[in-house]
Amino acid sequence: MIRFLTVRIGQAILVLWAATVVVFLLFFVGPGPNSVARTFAGRLATPARIAQIKHDLNLDQPIYQQYLHWVGNLLQGNLGYDYYKGQPVNSVVAAALPATLSLVIGAAILWIAYGVLSGVISAVRPRTFLDRGFTLSALVFYSMPTFVLGLGLIWIFAYKLSPVTKFFPFHGYIPLTQNPGQWFEYLILPWLTLALVTSAGYTRLTRTSMLEVLGEDYIRTARSKGMSERRLVRVHGLRAALTPVVTLAGLDIGVALGGVIITETVFGITGLGWTIVQAINLQDLPVIMGIAILAAAFVVVANLVVDILYAVLDPRVRLY
Amino acid sequence: MSDVNPVPPDGEDILLRVENLVKYFPVKSTGFFGNREHVHAVDDVSFTVRRGETFGIVGETGCGKSTLGRSVARLHDITSGRITFDGRDISRISQRRMRPLRREIQMIFQDPIGSLNPRRRVGSIIGDPFAIHRTATGTERKRRVQELMERVGLNPEHYNRFPAEFSGGQRQRIGVARALAFQPKLIICDEPVSALDVSIQAQVINLLADLQAEFGLTYIFIAHDLSVVRHVSNNVAVMYLGKVTEIASADDLFDTPRHPYTGALLSAVPVPDPDHSDQRQQIVLVGDVPSPIVPPSGCRFHPRCPKAAPVCVTQDPELEPRLGDGPGHVAACHLPMAQGENLADFKPTIGAEERVIEPEGVLTADALPASGDGGKS
Amino acid sequence: MSMVPEITGEGSQATLEAAAEPPHVSRKVIRGRSPWQLAWERLRTDRAAIISAATITVIVLFALLAPLIAHWLGHGSNQQFVDIGEDENGNPVPPSSTFWFGTDSSARDLFVRTIYGARISLSIGVLATLVSVAMGTVFGLAAGYLGGVADALIARLVDVMLAVPFLVIAIAVASIWRPSFWLVIFVVGVLGFTYPARIVRGQVISLKEKEFVQAARALGAGPLRIMFVDLLPNVMAQVIVYGSLLIPAAIVSEATLSYLGVGVQPPTADWGAMISDAQGYYQYGFWWYLLFPSLALLVTTLAFNILGDSIRDALDPRGGGIYK
Repeated sequence: MIRFLTVRIGQAILVLWAATVVVFLLFFVGPGPNSVARTFAGRLATPARIAQIKHDLNLDQPIYQQYLHWVGNLLQGNLGYDYYKGQPVNSVVAAALPATLSLVIGAAILWIAYGVLSGVISAVRPRTFLDRGFTLSALVFYSMPTFVLGLGLIWIFAYKLSPVTKFFPFHGYIPLTQNPGQWFEYLILPWLTLALVTSAGYTRLTRTSMLEVLGEDYIRTARSKGMSERRLVRVHGLRAALTPVVTLAGLDIGVALGGVIITETVFGITGLGWTIVQAINLQDLPVIMGIAILAAAFVVVANLVVDILYAVLDPRVRLY
Repeated sequence: MSDVNPVPPDGEDILLRVENLVKYFPVKSTGFFGNREHVHAVDDVSFTVRRGETFGIVGETGCGKSTLGRSVARLHDITSGRITFDGRDISRISQRRMRPLRREIQMIFQDPIGSLNPRRRVGSIIGDPFAIHRTATGTERKRRVQELMERVGLNPEHYNRFPAEFSGGQRQRIGVARALAFQPKLIICDEPVSALDVSIQAQVINLLADLQAEFGLTYIFIAHDLSVVRHVSNNVAVMYLGKVTEIASADDLFDTPRHPYTGALLSAVPVPDPDHSDQRQQIVLVGDVPSPIVPPSGCRFHPRCPKAAPVCVTQDPELEPRLGDGPGHVAACHLPMAQGENLADFKPTIGAEERVIEPEGVLTADALPASGDGGKS
Repeated sequence: MSMVPEITGEGSQATLEAAAEPPHVSRKVIRGRSPWQLAWERLRTDRAAIISAATITVIVLFALLAPLIAHWLGHGSNQQFVDIGEDENGNPVPPSSTFWFGTDSSARDLFVRTIYGARISLSIGVLATLVSVAMGTVFGLAAGYLGGVADALIARLVDVMLAVPFLVIAIAVASIWRPSFWLVIFVVGVLGFTYPARIVRGQVISLKEKEFVQAARALGAGPLRIMFVDLLPNVMAQVIVYGSLLIPAAIVSEATLSYLGVGVQPPTADWGAMISDAQGYYQYGFWWYLLFPSLALLVTTLAFNILGDSIRDALDPRGGGIYK
C-alpha cells in the first residue's frame, strides 16, 4: 500500500509540475516579454511603469529563471500579483472561489441525485417507458452545449413564463452570507443547467452498473430466499453499483471547480471561470495563470483522492 | 561436459550449439517485500544440432520446449547460458544486431490462426520477410511470393485472400512459406502440426521433408506427439520440467529408452495393431506435473517415477551415457532402464511424503485408453 | 523421412450447402457472416439509427448546397438588407415568407446564415476528429506496444492535458495566434486526442501477446513496422466506431469556442457566434435569433450522438458502456 501511495503521489506531483510548465509556456512566453510587461501594467501604463514592471517581474532575466521564480512563488502559495487591479491574485481567487463552490457543489448534489435515481429506476424497470424516457432525455441533454441549455432555461423561466415565474433571476451571484434567500434564487437556474448536462453520464453509468450487479448470482440467491425487491435494490444493488458513480463524481467535481467557465459566463456568476474569462479579455496575465494552475491542481488532487479511495475500497487495485 | 550430440565426433558440422541455457520468467510479486519468484521454464539445457538434420524436442505441455525454441530464436533474452549459431555467439547480442541474423533463423508456429494477422492479406504476410529486410519490392516481391506459395502447395492466385478464407492445413502452409522466404539455415518448428487433423498433419510433414531435401534445411522440431517426432527426427531430446532428461537418435530412443520418463511416454503412444496394444502394459504416471516455480529437489521426476530411490531426491543426475551406451545416447537418471525392463514391476523406495498423491491403485494399468502423455490438460 | 503415404485433398471452406435435400424442402444457404455484416444487419433495423442517419444526410445536403440555396433565394450569407431586414428601431424582423427564419441583428437572412453555419460546424467537427484520431492512434500504439517508459510518459502527458481546463488552453492559444478556422481545428483536434489514445492503447495491449506479433518479431520486424503494419489494421475498427462519437463533441467544442469569441471570426456565419450575439436580443422578444441556431446545433449533435451510439451497439450488442 505504501508503495502504491508513493507512486501515485509521485505521479501527481509530476503531472502538476508539467502543468506549471505548460501554463507558463502558454501565457508567459507566448506573447513575449515586452507585451507581457505592457499587459501586466494595464491599459494606461506609461513606458516608465512598464520598465519598472519589467524589472519587478524579472522579465529581463532568462526564461528559466522567470519560471523558477514563478514556481517558487507558487510553492509558497502565492499565485502572483494582479497589477491591473492592484491586489494579490490570491485575493481575487478568494473572492471568486465561494461562488464557484456554491455552483459546483449544489449542482453536484442535484446531478448525482437525479443521475442515480433515474439510473436505478431504469435498471429496475428496463425497457419500459420510464427507462426509455430517461435514456432519451439523458441523450438530449448530453448533446446540448451548456450555453444553449442555459440560455434556453433562462428564456423559458425568466421570460416566457415570466407572469408566473418572474421571481427567477438569471444573472448575477449573491453570496450566501449576504442573503441566503437570494443566493438560492440566483443559483437555481445555473444549478439546473449544470446538473442536467452532467447528469447524462450518470444515468447511463448507474443503469449499466445496476443491471450488472442485479444479474449477479448472490442477488439471485437473496431474491430466491424471499428478500423483498426493494431491500435488494436499496441495500445490495446500490452499494455495489455506486462505486463507479462515486469515482466519476469525484473526478467531475475536480474538473468542474476549474472548468465551469461557460455556465458562469452565461449566468454572470462571479466565480473562478467568470473571473478568468474577464481576465483574458483584459489580458490580465497573473490572474489567468494563477487560476489556470489552480484549476489544474483541483483536477490532479481530485484524481489522486479518487484513486486512493478506490485503492482503499478495492484491494485489487493496489497490485501495481 | 562436452559435445552431447549423439553423433560420432568426426564428420560433424555443427550449426547450433546450446550450452547451459537458462530462462527464468519472473512472477509478478504479490507480496511487496520483493520475494521474486521465478518460473523455471528452461533450466540448464545443452544440446547441439548438426547442419541438415532434424532435431526433435518432445515433452509434455509446460515442460519448457516452446520457451526453449523461442529462446534459441532470441525472441526472448536468455537468463544465462550460451547459444552459438553457425559459429557466432548470439546469446547476448541486441535485438538490432540480431535482425540480419533473422534471415537465417526462422520459426513456424503452432497456431495457424493466431500466427497470421487476420487483417492482412496472405500475399502481404508471406511477403513480410522481403519487405522487412528490403530485398525485393513491387512486382518482384509478388513474383517471389507466388513462387513460394506454389512451392508449398498453395494456389498463387489466392495472393489477395485473407487467412480466414483458408483451411487449417493451408494456413500452416502459409506459415511455412513465410518462414521459407530466405531459405534460412535453421527453422524452428514449434508444434507445427499439433493443431491439425491427422490427415493434414501428414501432408504438412511431407511438405517439410521435401523442402528439407530440396533446400538443405535444418529443423528443430518441437512437439508433444512422440510418434510424429520419431517419424521426422534424426535425434531427439526429451524434456521434463525445464530440463533435458534424455537425448538419443530416434531409433535408439524408441528401442532402448534409458530414462523412466521416456519409458512412460513411450508406453502411452497408441499402437495401430490391436493385438500388440492389448499385450502392452501401460505405465500411467500419477498426478500432474509439479509447478515450475518450485521444482522438486534432486531429480525433478522423482515424485512420479516408478523407480524413485533416496538418491533421486537428493542428487540431480548428470546428462551422460548410461549402461554402456555410446556418446550419442545420454540420459539424466540414477537408475536408468535396462533393455527389456518393465516399469510396472517397480515400486519407488522413497517415503510417501516425497511422492505425489496417488489416486487408488493406478500405478500400472492394462489396456487403459491411451492417455497420450500423462498430465496434459 | 517420409514413410506415410501421401494423402491428397485439402479441407473445404466453411460453407454448408443443401447437398442432398429432398427437392420439396428448400433450405437456405447458410453462409458464414463476418462481424461487419452482422453489425450492418442490426444497424439496418434500428429505427433510431435510420432517423439520425437521415437527419445527418439532410443537414449535410443543406450544408453542401448552401451557396446554391443562397443564390436561389437571392440572399447572401453576409448580405445586409437594411430596408426590409430591419424594423424601425434597427432590430431583427421575425420569420416571414421572405426571411424564412427571420433576420439577425445585422439584418442578414438568418436561414441562409444557419445553413452556412452548418458548413463550418460539420467541417470543423469532422476535420478536428480526424486530427484527434490520427494523433490518438499514434500515441496509443506507442504507449501500448512500447510500454514501459513510453507508456508512462504518454500517460502523464494525457493527465496534464486533462488537468488544465480545455477552454483555458483554447482561449490562450487563440489569443497568442489569431483565431481562425484552422486554428480551431488544431486546438479541438489536439486537445481531443486522449479518448482515441486510450482506446487504441487498450486494444494494443491485448493484441501485443498474440502469436502473429511474435511471428513478426521472429521475422526481424522492428517496432515501427509492427505497430503500423501489423497492429494498426487491427485497431482501426474500434477507432472508427469510437471516433464517430468524437464528431459531436468536436462540434460542441467548436460552438463553445465561437460563443466565447475565440473561434471562427465574424462575419463568417457560425452557430456559436450567432447564439452569443442573440443573447442581447432574445429577452426583448426577438426569439427567432436564438432559437434557430440553437435548434440547429442541438439537432446536429443529437443526430450524431444517436447514430454513434447505434453503431457502437450494433458492433457490440452486449451493450453497456458509458457516455463520454
